[in-house]
Amino acid sequence: MLQFLLNDDEIRLTECGASDTLLDFLRIGRRLTGTKEGCAEGDCGACTVMLGRLHDGRLVYEPVNACIRFLASCHGCHVVTVEHLRDPDGGLHAVQRAMVDHHASQCGFCTPGFVMALYGLWMTNPDADMTAIETALQGNLCRCTGYAPIVRAAQAVLAAGGQAGDRIARERDEVTARLAAMQGGRVEVARGDDRAILPADVDDLAAVLVEHPDATIVAGATDVGLWVTKFLRPISPAVFIGHLDGLKRIDVGDDIRIGAGVTYTEAVPLIESEFPEVSDYWHRIGGWQVRNMGTIGGNIANGSPIGESPPLMIALGARLVLRHGDTRREIALEDFFIAYGQQDRRPGEFVETVILPRRGNALVAAYKISKRQSADISAVAAGFRIEVAGGVITSARVAFGGMAGTPKRAAAAEAALTGAPFSAETFAAAGEAVQDDFQPLGDWRASADYRRAIARNFFRRFWLEQAGGDQPVRLARVAGD
Amino acid sequence: MKDATDSIIRGGVHQSVPHDSATLHVTGRADYTDDIVEPTGTLHAYLGLSQVAHGRIREMDLDAVRAAPGVVGVLTAADLPGRNDVSPQGRNDDPILAEGEVRFWGQPVFAVIATTRDQARRAAALARIDYDPLPHLLDPIAARDGGADYVADPLTLTRGDADAALASAPRRIDGRFTIGGQDHFYLEGQIALAIPGERDEITIHVSTQHPTEVQHMVAHALGVPAAAVVVNMRRMGGGFGGKETQMNLFACVAAVAAKRWDRAVKLRPDRDDDMTATGKRHDFVVDYSVGFDDEGRILGVTGDYYARCGFSADLSQAVTDRALFHGDNAYFYPAVRLRSHPMRTNTVSNTAFRGFGGPQGVIVAERMVEDIAYALGRDPLAVRRANLYRDGDLTPYHQTVEDMILPRLLDDLEASSDYQRRRQAVLDWNARAQAGGGPIRRGIALTPVKFGISFTATHFNQAGALVHVYADGSIHLNHGGCEMGQGLHVKVAQVVADAFQVDLGLVHVTRTATDKVPNTSATAASSGTDLNGMAALDACQQIHARLVDFACAAKGLTPDQVRFEGGCVHMGGEAMQWSRFIETAYLARVHLSAAGFYRTPKIHWNRKTGQGRPFYYFAYGAAVTEVSVDTLTGEYLIERADILHDAGRSLNPAIDIGQVEGGYIQGVGWLTSEELWWDEAGRLRTHAPSTYKIPLAGDRPRIFNVALADWSENREMTIKRSKAVGEPPLMLGISAFQAIGMAVASVADYRENPRLDAPATPERVLMAVERLRR
Repeated sequence: MLQFLLNDDEIRLTECGASDTLLDFLRIGRRLTGTKEGCAEGDCGACTVMLGRLHDGRLVYEPVNACIRFLASCHGCHVVTVEHLRDPDGGLHAVQRAMVDHHASQCGFCTPGFVMALYGLWMTNPDADMTAIETALQGNLCRCTGYAPIVRAAQAVLAAGGQAGDRIARERDEVTARLAAMQGGRVEVARGDDRAILPADVDDLAAVLVEHPDATIVAGATDVGLWVTKFLRPISPAVFIGHLDGLKRIDVGDDIRIGAGVTYTEAVPLIESEFPEVSDYWHRIGGWQVRNMGTIGGNIANGSPIGESPPLMIALGARLVLRHGDTRREIALEDFFIAYGQQDRRPGEFVETVILPRRGNALVAAYKISKRQSADISAVAAGFRIEVAGGVITSARVAFGGMAGTPKRAAAAEAALTGAPFSAETFAAAGEAVQDDFQPLGDWRASADYRRAIARNFFRRFWLEQAGGDQPVRLARVAGD
Repeated sequence: MKDATDSIIRGGVHQSVPHDSATLHVTGRADYTDDIVEPTGTLHAYLGLSQVAHGRIREMDLDAVRAAPGVVGVLTAADLPGRNDVSPQGRNDDPILAEGEVRFWGQPVFAVIATTRDQARRAAALARIDYDPLPHLLDPIAARDGGADYVADPLTLTRGDADAALASAPRRIDGRFTIGGQDHFYLEGQIALAIPGERDEITIHVSTQHPTEVQHMVAHALGVPAAAVVVNMRRMGGGFGGKETQMNLFACVAAVAAKRWDRAVKLRPDRDDDMTATGKRHDFVVDYSVGFDDEGRILGVTGDYYARCGFSADLSQAVTDRALFHGDNAYFYPAVRLRSHPMRTNTVSNTAFRGFGGPQGVIVAERMVEDIAYALGRDPLAVRRANLYRDGDLTPYHQTVEDMILPRLLDDLEASSDYQRRRQAVLDWNARAQAGGGPIRRGIALTPVKFGISFTATHFNQAGALVHVYADGSIHLNHGGCEMGQGLHVKVAQVVADAFQVDLGLVHVTRTATDKVPNTSATAASSGTDLNGMAALDACQQIHARLVDFACAAKGLTPDQVRFEGGCVHMGGEAMQWSRFIETAYLARVHLSAAGFYRTPKIHWNRKTGQGRPFYYFAYGAAVTEVSVDTLTGEYLIERADILHDAGRSLNPAIDIGQVEGGYIQGVGWLTSEELWWDEAGRLRTHAPSTYKIPLAGDRPRIFNVALADWSENREMTIKRSKAVGEPPLMLGISAFQAIGMAVASVADYRENPRLDAPATPERVLMAVERLRR
């Protein structure tokens, strides 16, 4: 039986298909029509709801996209929709009041989604500055207002504070207890032959996959969700793993071990402490809702030719731990990607851990190019990890996405760098060498020629960033208000 | 409670009042069509789309569709009881369901009706349709060269001898400018819910800017009189022109299915299907020539405007006409010849989109100014000023410009934005970057807009309204305009509140409905408030006159002794609360309801001669945008925008500023990140937000100073001397496009205009940088 909290109500479902979405349940099943469908692929944010879940016993709320969030994955969670927002006195919530006061709605269709994203920001980051506001709104599209009044509303409500009086804060202990009572044990639900399995823990996951080696593994569903909503593909039996705390550990010791179920958002502290240079890159992956759902393991295991984290992870020297039953094997991440649509994952196997070497004094960078700065799949993405000693490059790992059928190392460019002087000329030569590494295709994201030019120029950018100088190398926003 | 002595009403005209639905919006309680409670047994339709750009249907095997779970039935063209056409021009070129031949990838071929939407959608995917492929032409130049015909009648605007002017001009520049289209990306997709009634009656709930057209289209499709069809529209989740004609097909399919199976039927396509199967802003390729003197004064202009119209006419004739009407933007051309070429292509039929061809005309004028400025090494702003219209000048369509305010507006904006100092700072920055090898360049541009207000089809410039005053003093307002977020309802309600001098809270605006106000025009062409505000005012004035008569009779007064003010009616020395007064009037059997009507005066247009006064007046504005461009990648940031816009005497400054801010960003999106990309097979591959990128919050300029020219007042007798504000601000985004161009030009020391095509994606920017550097 599936159990979760929906606003004030406890929901118990004996029937639920693996491909049932939270959005359809809300709108059709419960007639909670404040949550809208704009795109059904997690890109517009009109369906944004807050999802509270226990992470190692602590209740964490995050905005997510209800359109690609599978209902089964909400087991043991608190789903909060716009209908739940009220002031203690029953009037408009402070976030809603700010939106009205700043004329931040026009057609209003995106508005509940913005309200929920801002609610999430206001609650989780009371000190958010302009950059944080913009980052929080990457997953919400508005076609009417030009966003200026929405940002003003965000600033106003953040300045006003008052989070402690919010009902989610006041009811935290009670909700935590109610959710805790729902945890534990494997959950299996189905609608007809559309079956969903939520393993009890990681060992149970291993056992379930031995039993169902061809099951669809669903972590954040930011990709698998579209298999259902866009391609109408069956995913049954689907094994949901997003709730498994055992896949969410990050251990930093001699190396860095990242559980495959760690979301982009959950990895932010690690990125900011260990690899601060790639923080901008990290925050250009998806929108906030997607980063709250999407996992590092899922981004690897789905084998996208672009990937957003794999080029960076390959450059950083990532290795994967793949587990089947109680057997584990470890491979270099670049070897996992065999060809377009083909990965080295055997039936019943799952990605359990991503291992990164510590950075030491390596120079690290990650770049991406897309038509739009944020929440846009890259046309070209690249990761750099360069070690220099005595003015000579002693080690070079450079990997690209969007340049081939898989994320891939740039062997010729690496060869041009390794052993060469750390100089402008060397990076210029690597920019030419990378032209031999890839034969990119042209598509709606970029032409082949543009991809080649970008690959070359990324080497120049890397050098300029390392060389310093008085000229800025990257676009940087004015501070704003 | 209101203080009876307070003489200023709350929410009268010229006040910044929130959108009437703001509270509903933020709480999720505003109902859109998909949120309406469905009647018991509602069925769901889904469309099957073609998968070739052009071909004859050889065989259509729908057995698997019919046999799929939950399916109730299937509709093909043969099953339509009435006319299989939704051409808004009555051209019979726009089938509801394709018959025999498909003319673009994504054309609806059949509909399947099932118990749930999911079932209908899954069933639609099971169709097997075989085609004999036919050659397809995708873009307007390929269409021209391939011998394609026009979808509609071309237009030529001529004044003077343009060829002679070009020949004798000291300087001449020829150019080609390719301008991309734009998807509306209304957040609420197309949707219709049809509910069958008794006999031939049917009720449609539909997200549309044009309920009357839905009424007629559904009547034709069903073969019933218009009087049998009622169309309701409470609000749209955005329209932008995309629901002026494009909803017709969905409404007709739902209606036919509803009558066929005698059940309510809802049709809501998935976003990908919506973007694939509905029209967009027209792409244009424009070949232009401009002759000018050494001072940058334009002497002659010719232009050929080739538009990607798609497979049918839809509104393309009027759209391409409006492109020519704006081929001058704000500049006087002493001699001119502009020709439109509405090309038929094997793509979705393009349609209305905010600006309606105007932006494509304006941006070409601005390109010519830019060309002249680069050729002469001058600030483009100086070239703009040298060519601005003066009152008394004739446009290429022989309308006399009588309300030119741009000189003052540009002066104000140039000063408030500190344009000259910032332009110098940008030049200095780029010089340092050039010297020091820095990859980041900057650009700044100030561009004006002059936009003609009125439907160019003169007969659309009419509107109706229905005002009821109930015995308790509350007021019920209906008018022919549709609310899509633009704040039309609150503005018209403010007019009504002002007319009776009561608080806005007393005025209730409800759904737009064809059985309340008939024969309405589309809510389009920025005309909503101008037309419906006046119609509502007319209705109010009729009731007002009856009330004055009543007061005079009851109190023995003359009309000048009766005054409505501050929620009271003042009769001689006596003041009576509005509600009390109305109750008294009701008891005295005063007729408290009226239908108002308005038609725009003065306008006329003869398309054959290309002469007339198609526009009642012009709306103006200008923007300064500053950008940074990364010349290693082509990426850019919009750092700052300063806008001064002319809304006349704004009915609601907060609402109007919202239109300006939103229009600007939408225009920026059109010219930067929003790219429509078809593959060689003719399939649109940017058909969802994952691939089609509209601006985000982080793409707006952080410094965003937007103001209305509060000194402006419409010289014509518009509603409270305001001006239309829906479309004109979109074209302010051109300043961002030109600023990017300047940053690119800096890598070659501004020796040439980089002539970016639109949209200026990072790819186009980088390729232009690399070309200039070679």
